[in-house]
Amino acid sequence: MNVKDINPEILARQVVPPTRLPPDQTLLDLLYYMKLTRELEFRIERKLYRQGKIVGGVYVGRGQEAIAVGSCINLRADDVVCPSHRDMGAFLIRGMSLRTILAQYMARKTGATRGKDGNMHMGDLKHNLIPFVSMLADNVPVAAGIGLSFKMRGQDRVALCFFGDGATSRGDWHEGVNMASVFKVPVVFICNNNQYAYSTPLERQMAVENVADRAEAYGLPGEIVDGNDVLAVWDAATRAIERARSGQGPTLIECKTFRMTGHSAHDDAGYVPAELFEFWEERDPINKFERFLKERGIITASGIEDLQKRIHREIDEAIQIAEKDPFPDPEDCLKDVYYEES
Amino acid sequence: MALTTYVEAIRQGIWEEMEKDERVFVLGEDVGIYGGAFKVTAGMLEKFGEWRIIDTPISESAIVGAAIGAALMGMRPIAEMQFADFISCAFDQITNFAAKCRYRWGAGVPIVVRGPSGGGVHGGPFHSQNPEMYFVHTPGLKVVCPSTAYDAKGLIKAAIRDPDPVIYFEHKFLYRRVKEELPTDDFVVPIGKASIRRPGTDISVLTYGAMVYNALDAAKELEREGIDLEVVDLRSLLPFDKETILESVKKTNKVILLHEDTRIGGFAGELAAIISDEAFEYLDGPIRRITAPDTPVPYSPPLEEFFLPKVSDIVYVARELYAY
Ligand SMILES: Cc1ncc(C[n+]2csc(CCOP(=O)(O)OP(=O)(O)O)c2C)c(N)n1
Repeated sequence: MNVKDINPEILARQVVPPTRLPPDQTLLDLLYYMKLTRELEFRIERKLYRQGKIVGGVYVGRGQEAIAVGSCINLRADDVVCPSHRDMGAFLIRGMSLRTILAQYMARKTGATRGKDGNMHMGDLKHNLIPFVSMLADNVPVAAGIGLSFKMRGQDRVALCFFGDGATSRGDWHEGVNMASVFKVPVVFICNNNQYAYSTPLERQMAVENVADRAEAYGLPGEIVDGNDVLAVWDAATRAIERARSGQGPTLIECKTFRMTGHSAHDDAGYVPAELFEFWEERDPINKFERFLKERGIITASGIEDLQKRIHREIDEAIQIAEKDPFPDPEDCLKDVYYEES
Repeated sequence: MALTTYVEAIRQGIWEEMEKDERVFVLGEDVGIYGGAFKVTAGMLEKFGEWRIIDTPISESAIVGAAIGAALMGMRPIAEMQFADFISCAFDQITNFAAKCRYRWGAGVPIVVRGPSGGGVHGGPFHSQNPEMYFVHTPGLKVVCPSTAYDAKGLIKAAIRDPDPVIYFEHKFLYRRVKEELPTDDFVVPIGKASIRRPGTDISVLTYGAMVYNALDAAKELEREGIDLEVVDLRSLLPFDKETILESVKKTNKVILLHEDTRIGGFAGELAAIISDEAFEYLDGPIRRITAPDTPVPYSPPLEEFFLPKVSDIVYVARELYAY
């Protein structure tokens, strides 16, 4: 895809604009979590990884922060989130600590999986976060089952399930979405359509124009939003969550965005035309939101600077602690394959 | 002459078969423009065009299913799994469709399903697996696990030419660590034939994949103590080279079975049964297994180190067995 193929009106034409705004405190929270996500992933990808402190792969969601943040901010603590691999904001909002996250990336015993698994494969039932497995879209049928259990027990809880555009090519995605719709379970499916799956552009992934077009085949609403507009994401997610909570079944939300990095830290994304990065850089979700907040007088330039300083401090502190955290004991390899009496 | 890496050897093997036989083509995720996650198909898009190096959607089941369909129509598809771990997503097509065609209705399915397996690179539970035994347990399939650049090239060629479905596991730890000079002429390594990597007289170590190198390192260490290991690289797990295995055991009378895969249901169990069935009276000691423990492959370096069989494990067990 090159720039001339991107209809600049694509967003204006298809996208549902926000119909309402959250309260001011939520606006500030949205900014905090987006900026925290960006800085944390910057440190992970550009500092710790390059210093050799993170082994294995690193995948970040730079440019996509509005999606996880905008959709998770309104959840209740007893709602459940099934994040994918570019949804760092979900972990932060659900209350996973920076130290736990950093220790996870640095393979320490104090990480979310105690060194058993790496990077964003984090979860904890305490935070109602279901960890991702690499097999893309495996979390979709699982989310359907989570929703099913809520429905069976008459609980008004909701599950959010995240995935990329590429993941929607897997059979498990279709089976899961179909089943969720047949059972009308309270699940919101959220796609970060960042136009690429590794090196594969969208048109090589699907013959329909939008991921949301897939919804019709399974009888659930499919909505498209500007994934770089946190308010649009917030609004669509809020409506879908309310819909699910009130027993009206699942919704698919497609967030149009762009992956502002390579697929992972070792990929220079040479296959992505430079103009595409430029096009989307201008639509950076954080810059855009900061402009909006300043125009509205909700935050000042120096307020943003203070926020950035606070974020730096929080991350610095967490890195210092996590770096001193111990690695797991070798024999821990054998633990927890099955239930163990403690 | 230049040394050829294991990964380059696979690439050459595919390249040469594609040049020779128009029916051969590759399909998989990111194999075209990107040249594959590990660059096995680098440069092939430019050479062979987008209908012979096909970038697919993320649909492992459809990748293998489409390969089967094309194979039934006379093509010779090579299906790439970006990581062998994701072969689970294509399990049904491989084990039910591909594996049972010939038995049911006489139609061969000459596909190759290949991908990087194995640990040692801190890939964690979903980028380090050794899934060979799921397929070794499926009659109708062939399963190969090359350990050298020569075998990597010779076996990929044999796999492409084979009239039946072949699952080809490339050990990702070896991709760029293993290299050798390769002959310039066309050669194949027959499926089902083992290779003696190091002849010895005291103990046979039967192994495959990256563990071949651990066995060789252990042999070097034990040499100084006068313990002479014979290292047999199985290369093919299904079919496997019973003759070479039994010959080696009958010669050394002691055997260590070594693999990176986990223990229960691992290939070592099968080998132990065969040796017990057919060479029991030649044994001068217990059949010993060295394998990964029965856990997922953990991510953190100390855990993964614990998980993977080590040279010191082999040395320890060999000493014990030698003294037996
Ligand atoms: C079943 C499966 N096949 C292949 C992969 C390798 N892989 C990891 S991420 C990725 C691309 C994913 O694209 P998309 O779903 O659009 O998410 P994005 O990375 O763009 O956010 C691929 C091919 C995988 N993890 N799982």
